Amino acid sequence: MSKDISSLLQSQMQDAYKNKTPLQIRAGNSKHFYGYPKDGNLLDVSAHQGIISYEPTELVITARAGTRLAEIESTLNESKQMLAFEPPHFAATATLDNATLGGTIACNMSGPRRAYSGAARDFVLGCSIINGKAEKLKFGGQVMKNVAGYDASRLMCGAMGTLGVILDVSLKVLPKPETEITLRHQCDIHQAMDNMHQWVKQSLPVSATSYINSQLFIRLSGNHSSVTSAQQKIGGDVIDNAGNFWQQIKDQSHDFFKSDNPIWRLSLASNTPPLENLNGSTLYEWGGALRWLSTDEPAEKIREILNNAGGHATLFKNNKFKTPPFHQLSPGMLSIHKQVKQAFDPENILNPGCMYKEF
Amino acid sequence: MTEELLSPHMTSSINKQLLISRLEYILPADSVLHQPEDLHPYECDGLSAYRNLPLAVVLPDKITQVQAILKLCFELDVAVVARGAGTGLSGGALPLSDGILLSLAKFKNIIDIDPIQRVARVQPGVRNLAISEAVEQYDLYYAPDPSSQIACTIGGNVAENSGGVHCLKYGLTVHNIQQIKIITIEGELLTLGGSGLDSPGYDLLALLTGSEGMLGVIVEVTVKLLPKPESTQVILAAFDDLIKAGLAVGNIISAGIIPAGLEMMDKLTIKAAEDFVHAGYPTDAAAILLCELDGNKAEVAENISNVQTILDESGATDVRVAKDETERVTFWKGRKAAFPAVGRISPDYYCMDGTIPRKHLPQVLKAMADLSAEYNLPVANVFHAGDGNLHPLILYDANIPGELERTEEFGGKILELCVEVGGSITGEHGVGMEKINQMCVQFAALELTQFHAIKKAFDEKGLLNPGKAVPTLHRCAEFGAMHVHHGELSHPELERF
Repeated sequence: MSKDISSLLQSQMQDAYKNKTPLQIRAGNSKHFYGYPKDGNLLDVSAHQGIISYEPTELVITARAGTRLAEIESTLNESKQMLAFEPPHFAATATLDNATLGGTIACNMSGPRRAYSGAARDFVLGCSIINGKAEKLKFGGQVMKNVAGYDASRLMCGAMGTLGVILDVSLKVLPKPETEITLRHQCDIHQAMDNMHQWVKQSLPVSATSYINSQLFIRLSGNHSSVTSAQQKIGGDVIDNAGNFWQQIKDQSHDFFKSDNPIWRLSLASNTPPLENLNGSTLYEWGGALRWLSTDEPAEKIREILNNAGGHATLFKNNKFKTPPFHQLSPGMLSIHKQVKQAFDPENILNPGCMYKEF
Repeated sequence: MTEELLSPHMTSSINKQLLISRLEYILPADSVLHQPEDLHPYECDGLSAYRNLPLAVVLPDKITQVQAILKLCFELDVAVVARGAGTGLSGGALPLSDGILLSLAKFKNIIDIDPIQRVARVQPGVRNLAISEAVEQYDLYYAPDPSSQIACTIGGNVAENSGGVHCLKYGLTVHNIQQIKIITIEGELLTLGGSGLDSPGYDLLALLTGSEGMLGVIVEVTVKLLPKPESTQVILAAFDDLIKAGLAVGNIISAGIIPAGLEMMDKLTIKAAEDFVHAGYPTDAAAILLCELDGNKAEVAENISNVQTILDESGATDVRVAKDETERVTFWKGRKAAFPAVGRISPDYYCMDGTIPRKHLPQVLKAMADLSAEYNLPVANVFHAGDGNLHPLILYDANIPGELERTEEFGGKILELCVEVGGSITGEHGVGMEKINQMCVQFAALELTQFHAIKKAFDEKGLLNPGKAVPTLHRCAEFGAMHVHHGELSHPELERF
């Protein structure tokens, strides 16, 4: 289904700007749990749909923000291409799969391949947005290399709609690997971390890693000869139906995530030793650079430990105690954030307070 | 260039003596240059057609000194142009008459290398190639490799979001850095990015990358390092037609292969490069493609054979795989020496940097040939073919009156052509002073206004590299008028482009 409702969105935003009415931006609502709860009048982007252009030989796709990720991925699949950042859909079943391109970019959500191919922001080539003054703007383009003007398109990644409503996005896409295999090693976390670092250093075609319940899972992707020779080098049990496993990790339908405990997302240097002062269970991804922690430890303690480790902690899901979802910004950074917000949304009408209370 | 661009703050006259004495209070006297003979080495960057002297050049070597300098400039309303090695090709580091030039050249220490996490924390004045050299002992390297990598510094690379010949597979600077430290115009030290793969809040790391010194001064960079590929191979393919070579590029990518480098040269460049470095190029070819593949041995062997087949099927007249490392280096030598090689056959050349969606290559090449005939100026084409980044080199002679102006006009038309087909006026060299007018073609007033608002968020007084990268709407209005009148300039006394 293809439909351009940008004029409708713009006119709703003009009213909101004029009347200084806060808007909550929503497309598929698949990431409703992320950040502070939003209020304000609903700005529904979900009907703004459709792939605007896709040229496999150019490695570029452009689609409207409300386009379902599933539609994009199946279109790419027909030309044996993919979104290399492997975005999560957070859907229990295909019929409940409402994740959209706009939401994915707005939250800069990337999956298991992120540590080896790049994040959503790394594949953004350009976008159109409507800023908080209800002005339609276009940044970047459809070419891989473009350094004209400030990189406002990448700035939209992870800004959660607070700087502009994304209308459409152009992404770089990549060929799907010819073959993939997932191997399992039984080992302790220290051995697992050592392996994850060593294998990547050896130029092996690693495309995902995960460690949970004393098992290290490693996915190899590439052409046949490359994957086969890497498999011979590192050994381990071959996992059947590995696609399911990675999907469960990516979409958080794995048993690990089925807890009522707060689920913390810890981002830190990949070689940071296990954080032994924190109780709870941990699932490792991205070669150790991403750790999911299911725990009822107090937020202050978690954040202090992450501060000391040079990382940051996001309360991703099950925010029972109304804890600030995102890691605190330094006073200098907070002030620059407020000024950037002001530059795009002077009346503070776009998803106000959904990242930080201060803007 | 107009006077307005070179001294945007002319209204507030600056007390030079006061400024110098205050700077000398912050820095040792030999780190504050203000005599004309000391200033001349800094009068231009890699775009030497534009020259100008600053009020003073400062050479700090401590972050606290940079903070104090910027605080002082903020207090006295003095413009600041930051400079790395000065290899930039768009005049981004061109000094301003009533501003200071802040050289980061003394910041050349590699602070820390972490071979496990594969990152290196370096000062901004560290040369691009020096990073790869320092981490070679760990079999790692830093991927972005602009042609000037032997001289250019990482601080400048971040400010320009530099590319190189391996962008298609390994990305630009923005994809290969993890954290930077900047000093704001108010002297505050901010850390953008983090020690992990992401950081809380807005992606200011991306915003600062390529911001051409307009938002902050970069004082530290943490770069990501990659394992050196186990195997690297290069194929040279000759074509009797430039368009066929362009189609071959699409065919390689359609086959699911992402080469590490995919470069194209046209006849004029091939001939110049061959005469210069004797790389063994077929000088009768209309175009050659260099296709580099890297990865583990098994992968590269399989891909090389696939690419050979594709090139044959795409009508290549000659396909050669470098038989050893020496030949691989020789194949590249011609490409890497392409610019100086062209410099040997023409008194001067002007290097453009547009990008286009690759499918429009035939149309753009045709239009460029027509323009070349119209302006009676030859063009040599060097092309990062994989990612659509064109480097047309316009050959001219600056000693012939009016030829530089014609060249600049021709160059401007090429860039406008790139925008017309959905591309960009600059793929990797930046806007700087050079392409400031073409920004008016690339962006509409609303986008430019948004850029100015971003600038204001970081630099309310407009003191960091003012007048570069983002034109004022006033300037665009004037430039637009130039278009309407088909070259009948409203102020012919002013230098343009």
